[in-house]
Amino acid sequence: MGNPMRIRAKSANGETTVRVLMSHRMEGGQRKDANGNPIPPHHINTVTAKHNGKVVLSADWGPAVSQNPYLAFSFKGGAKGETVEINWVDNKGDSRTDTATIS
Amino acid sequence: MNITRRDALRTTGALGTLVSLGLITTEQAMAAESRPAFASKTLSGALEAIGGQPATSDQIEVIAPDIAENGAVVPVATVSKLPNTSDVWFLVEKNPQPMAAHFAFPNGTTAEVKTRVKMGQTSDVIVVAKADGKLYMAKKETKVTLGGCGG
Repeated sequence: MGNPMRIRAKSANGETTVRVLMSHRMEGGQRKDANGNPIPPHHINTVTAKHNGKVVLSADWGPAVSQNPYLAFSFKGGAKGETVEINWVDNKGDSRTDTATIS
Repeated sequence: MNITRRDALRTTGALGTLVSLGLITTEQAMAAESRPAFASKTLSGALEAIGGQPATSDQIEVIAPDIAENGAVVPVATVSKLPNTSDVWFLVEKNPQPMAAHFAFPNGTTAEVKTRVKMGQTSDVIVVAKADGKLYMAKKETKVTLGGCGG
């Protein structure tokens, strides 16, 4: 269970733009610790965005996505006051879901 | 994919043996990459895993910096003007595992997305888009001053 995501969702001209900043270390599995042992990968595997229960974006990520990932996308529809729900699951089975109100 | 019971037993058995011998921890076994496109260490292998070599298209815009000072955080974006774009993939050709991210757009979602990726060294950033079931690609070179994979 990581820290909360920061989500901004804005609707304009019939389209909603969503910007998400997730909090995750996104360890790639390439680095070594002080003793030379490889640090096991720990990164987000899947991201799902929903609006009114309908999936508006789904993503599969590998270790090459940067630490504390940023994601921006837009979809048709969405009105002020409705909610957007973002969920991520990492490769250790940890997950987090946050919601934001469209403004 | 077609996994027979024998193969499944063999794989889980092998991993289980390694865990019981204490060679790898349970955590590492869980964290092992099971998605072929992401596990592939070559560009051609990653492309193979998503459906083969795509055709080049000028309808896909790859937005990446000319020079990235910090390879750990390289802002990338794409806009696909191909009609009915359902998926896009970001690949960094010279990364240890070239596949970086895959996005699927359901109906009603604009075929454009922005994120940030890590780049180990100067390389082409490749975007593959799937439109009407066919694969298309476009690329742009980004020079990296400080790599962001090892350390």
